[in-house]
Amino acid sequence: MSFISYLVNGISLGSIYAIIALGYTMVYGIAKMLNFAHGDVIMIGCYFVFTMMTSMNMNPWISLLAAIAGCTILGVLIEKIAYKPLRKATPLAVLITAIGVSYFLQNLALIIFGADTKSFTSIVNMEPVRLAEGKLVISGVTIVTVSVCLVIILALMAFIKKSKSGQAMLAVSEDKDAAQLMGVNVNRTISLTFAIGSGLAAIAGVLLCSAYPTLSPYTGSMPGIKAFTAAVFGGIGSIPGAFIGGILLGVIEILGRAYISSQLSDAIVFAVLILVLLIKPTGILGKPVHEKV
Amino acid sequence: MKKLNIKNMKKSTKSNFITYAMVILVFAVVQFMVSGGMMSSLMQGLLVPLCTYSIVAVGLNLCVGYLGELSLGHAGFMCVGAFSSAFFTKYMVPSGMNETLRFLLAIVIGTLVAAAFGYLIGIPVLRLRGDYLAIVTLAFGEIIKNVINVMYVGRDSAGLHLSFKDKASLNLGEDGEMIVDGAKGITGTPHQSTFLIGVIILLISLVVVFHLVNSRSGRAIMAIRDNRIAAESVGINITKYKLMAFSISAAIAGAGGVLYAHNLSTLIALPANFGYNMSIMILVFVVLGGIGSFRGSIIAAVVLTMLPEVLRGLADYRMLIYAIVLIIMMLFNWAPKAIEWRQRFSLKRLFHKNTEEVQ
Repeated sequence: MSFISYLVNGISLGSIYAIIALGYTMVYGIAKMLNFAHGDVIMIGCYFVFTMMTSMNMNPWISLLAAIAGCTILGVLIEKIAYKPLRKATPLAVLITAIGVSYFLQNLALIIFGADTKSFTSIVNMEPVRLAEGKLVISGVTIVTVSVCLVIILALMAFIKKSKSGQAMLAVSEDKDAAQLMGVNVNRTISLTFAIGSGLAAIAGVLLCSAYPTLSPYTGSMPGIKAFTAAVFGGIGSIPGAFIGGILLGVIEILGRAYISSQLSDAIVFAVLILVLLIKPTGILGKPVHEKV
Repeated sequence: MKKLNIKNMKKSTKSNFITYAMVILVFAVVQFMVSGGMMSSLMQGLLVPLCTYSIVAVGLNLCVGYLGELSLGHAGFMCVGAFSSAFFTKYMVPSGMNETLRFLLAIVIGTLVAAAFGYLIGIPVLRLRGDYLAIVTLAFGEIIKNVINVMYVGRDSAGLHLSFKDKASLNLGEDGEMIVDGAKGITGTPHQSTFLIGVIILLISLVVVFHLVNSRSGRAIMAIRDNRIAAESVGINITKYKLMAFSISAAIAGAGGVLYAHNLSTLIALPANFGYNMSIMILVFVVLGGIGSFRGSIIAAVVLTMLPEVLRGLADYRMLIYAIVLIIMMLFNWAPKAIEWRQRFSLKRLFHKNTEEVQ
């Protein structure tokens, strides 16, 4: 029975990774850059909710909405200020800038909120579900996390398939210049991608902190890197891929922690990343890219 | 004796000599200040870390500037160099070996082990490029740190014992002694790093990188950076030269690690000293000093390490300033508007206004 409960925990953690991975995979698909700061947007979102709930005594759901709005604006601002001027620069310059933004957000939070770890009150107060005569307990957070993740994935897939903006995103990710010639507003599409990714980051952050109730300026960076791993695992640029990669990675991490070594769980996740990149660099659902001379 | 003819020297040779001269001059000035009692003990304590950071920055600059790939795992190579050399020193202490010889051997061992790690990690990693390469080097750096934190090595009359579980599973005899104690690291390494040794290692690293980049191999490495496919089509062995640059870069970082390890009595692999943050800090030195300029890396490492110590109020904002430096430097170098602005106000143009306008 313990195996199944580990599996459930893994799926729950994996759902959070999947939501974060969506932000990476969409931005990578469209702007062709690794948005290193994505993990730290999660952390900022958590601090938003935390501050509003503790010092302003706001309703958790209103705080969550405000955090989503705040992170969306933050994401769009980051893109406008730091990434947009570098759209034609070498990938190395863009990557270094993204690392700079990530580091900036971390240290800004460090100065504003302090280095001490805050304990985050879960915003989900649902009764745990007991299955198999009470041997298997599934917490409320787990149920909410997994269902939120599924809803987001399905909604996003429908959005991309059905709406005009979604089609514009597909077009821009396929060929930026051709999309521009066809009348797609490339700048607005890229901003929209950042907005959606960052808004989702706020949701992922709150779910993460509800499941693991500690909050510090470094809360976002490790899950961020792991979610990028998940995005690569599933095939970068693919939304179902982010979901599959996220769930698999979450399960691998929890099972690794339970059965191999708790101290080496990060190392196991990174080993998975290295193996995936070496064996199938395009991931599970990714399309192979051929290099033109 | 052959006279040095500065005028007929190649431009690169001249620039290299300026760098050597700069390091030696700073060394002489600092030694003079220390012997004259003009330097606070706080500043004196910073001298070895300054050398460490400069050395690692030179190593990383070889990777970023000449190989053209961003490594976020150089703190990992530093960690390997630090732990392998500290392990050697700790192991040899009871044997009563000559201290200087022991330290020299430790430096060689730390450097070689880091180079070996660079080579082994380089084989899979260098097949990737760009963002993927950066994230995989980051992953390797974290794995190294994680593994060292669960490594237990002890010694008793029966020999060495190694475990990745805990202290008890080593089954040490009564005369047993811990060498690497998991997350508690290595304690009791003798303080042997001095400013003199640091400067010597820095100068040797500079000689190595200058010789490399001005050699045939160095040109091959730069050709790969500028256009991999073109380089491959003229018969350059991509894997060989990439691995060469990467492992030399790792080796230099490892040498920096040796210096770091022998400056502390307790060596622990923490996120702060061998994690991703250290890699970023070194990257800031490289970026601010100028990607591809070894002299710049050293100057940036020295200035950015000294600045928060001199201006005490800045200490809290140090990391924030580093982050802003990264962003501003990249925007300044690459944003179309910044390039336009720089061309309009460049010094060269102000001085040679007429010649520029004729063109």
